[in-house]
Amino acid sequence: MRHLLSISDLSAHDAIVILDTAAELERVSDGQVKKLPTLRGRTIVNLFAEDSTRTRISFEAAAKRLSADVINFSAKGSSISKGESLKDTAMTLQAMGADAVVIRHSASGAPQRLADSQWMTGSVINAGDGTHEHPSQALLDAFTIRKHLGKGGSNLAGIKVAIVGDVLHSRVARSNVLLLTLLGAHVTLVAPPTLLPVGVESWPVNISYNFDDVVAGVDVVMMLRVQQERMSDLFFPNAREYSRYFGLNLQRLAKMQPHAIIMHPGPMNRGLEIAAEVADSARSVIVEQVANGVSVRMAILYVLLAGAPLESESKL
Amino acid sequence: MTSSKFLLKGGALPDGTLHDIVIEGELITTVHAGISDPQATVIDATGCVILPGLVDLHTHLRQPGREDAETVESASRAGAKGGFTALSAMANTSPVADNAGVVEQVYRLGQEAGLLDVFPIGAVTQGLKGEALSEIGAMADSVARVRVFSDDGMCVFDPLVMRRALEYIKKFNGVIAQHAQEPRLTVGAQMNEGEISARLGLRGWPAIAEEAIIARDVLLTDHVQSRLHVCHVTTAGGVEIIRWAKARGINVTAEVTPHHLLLTDDLSCSYDPVFKVNPPLRTEKDIHALREALADGTIDIVATDHAPHTMESKECEWQEASFGMLGLETALSIVQKTMVDTGLMKWQDVADRMSKAPATIGGYDQQGQGIAPGNFANLTVVNPSQTWTVDRDLVQSRSRNTPFHGYQLPGVLTHTFYKGKATLLNGVVA
Repeated sequence: MRHLLSISDLSAHDAIVILDTAAELERVSDGQVKKLPTLRGRTIVNLFAEDSTRTRISFEAAAKRLSADVINFSAKGSSISKGESLKDTAMTLQAMGADAVVIRHSASGAPQRLADSQWMTGSVINAGDGTHEHPSQALLDAFTIRKHLGKGGSNLAGIKVAIVGDVLHSRVARSNVLLLTLLGAHVTLVAPPTLLPVGVESWPVNISYNFDDVVAGVDVVMMLRVQQERMSDLFFPNAREYSRYFGLNLQRLAKMQPHAIIMHPGPMNRGLEIAAEVADSARSVIVEQVANGVSVRMAILYVLLAGAPLESESKL
Repeated sequence: MTSSKFLLKGGALPDGTLHDIVIEGELITTVHAGISDPQATVIDATGCVILPGLVDLHTHLRQPGREDAETVESASRAGAKGGFTALSAMANTSPVADNAGVVEQVYRLGQEAGLLDVFPIGAVTQGLKGEALSEIGAMADSVARVRVFSDDGMCVFDPLVMRRALEYIKKFNGVIAQHAQEPRLTVGAQMNEGEISARLGLRGWPAIAEEAIIARDVLLTDHVQSRLHVCHVTTAGGVEIIRWAKARGINVTAEVTPHHLLLTDDLSCSYDPVFKVNPPLRTEKDIHALREALADGTIDIVATDHAPHTMESKECEWQEASFGMLGLETALSIVQKTMVDTGLMKWQDVADRMSKAPATIGGYDQQGQGIAPGNFANLTVVNPSQTWTVDRDLVQSRSRNTPFHGYQLPGVLTHTFYKGKATLLNGVVA
């Protein structure tokens, strides 16, 4: 496998190889020397055509711990903000000898355009494209779930996950639906009908409009960020009503099973989709997700740039 | 350009009968079996079908304004290559064809190119803004004699503006060609709304946005007793409404594009904007309904919506890319593939849907005539048993945005005659 564009590029076996590799790398990172020499001399470009500090620094830390040279190319102050085309940017990166490009872009499909084009030959890693996918986030979420609830198995068989909020615009939700179901988890999407895409009926998930019906029965509650621009776009009457029906507050927390965990891809809107007390509670693994992000992104870079071939190699 | 006396030997007319045809000057002079004429240039049409010259009611020629994408001359060449003897120039140029000056310019450019008739379409509203009526009367009375009015690319959304436009054109038996797209339901829309858009994270263009406008407009048309033409119908629901309206006796006609007869929205999975078009590619179910409707006459015509775009407006992210695809040079082959080779239509029906009916809707008197002595020699010769492979680098158009690159298609066009002149001779544009 050369690129990671969508979770649909992966077989269950591939996903488990990445998760297992992440676990191994995490063990190494916990030791005295955090750095591995694996990608010494390789150049990884973080092409961030859309602001995202946390994903960028996570990939940057991952690449540096594998000893790669990292170039950050972000929207502000770069030629992208001056209207340079994706093609010209890609050809520039090619000329600079990028071995891999980690791309975050506001346009769905931009990473695939890079990968399918003849503009550059390096690996393309999707770090979030529009409202399409965010595969590394899903992998770190699966990694986090497995750590807490995995019962020793390599996959997520039988684990019940609720993904709550703005599914319509969420690349995190799309990647997680594909990955968690691929690994055997049962996923329920909880959202107002306005924030579910037409066509969601064909996804391998349950749908609920009522958070209270779902919250007590699941092992994982994954909250999605509600973006400010949705407020004025008729998706729900106002922020308070949204919060009342779809926010994770202390009352809903009390209904959760004792072992159940709370996740959020960040950045959070405290007081809107998640109450501050809930975000900071012992059940929350939100900060741990960030830490796991580095290990999982190391694993992605490792597998794509240095690792043994994955199963999907043959089918790609 | 070759203009003299031609003898087309051994071809089949649309009704299947074998006849030889003599062309002299601008006219067909003889249609009969077993003609020989030593003075004529003989064209062996054995195995070919001879159609009346194709008429496109929906073409984007891009001139004035975007001559980097297409010109009247290059579109005329693409038309001749595709068997067309008339094109209808959509009004969304820059400046917009919302006054007599622009439509006369486009008309004159068509005459100068001389490969086919270019009939300008006038904008319904000034600047395609949907607010104030353009100079409809002045365009109708101009040298270009405009009869078809359209804001294509934009929907005439305001129901009062639409009503007034429908009323005003009755004065000279004009027609409003509506781009049916409810704007509020399609803000930022990128592709058909459904399973594929949900997966790809591209904003949906729901079928209802087309159907709602068609429903409103057929009712308005009935109310003011005017004439409506629905551009590029793409949905099974739109077909149903038009069928209902026709059954009620409402004066509505409709078109389908070749690409909507063949391509589906799953092509967007590549995120390659060559498949980005407005209205968008739909589903198998819609294709089935569109083919059926074209066969039974609910949809009256095939129109190309030929929409050339420069490389840079397609070689980018999907959501940044322009809407539209080339159509002129592949239209007849796609119709053969989807309608004739499937047994849904005969060549006689093709002659109707691609020549006679569009000429009638547009009021193009000298086009769409039967193949008979005394009529204008607008003819298209196609060999339906041969195939060809579409190559975007070999198109006559200035742009290369064909969605059919690499397709092997049936139906090789060998000759096009426009008023007796061979504009396509042995597959080569004059």
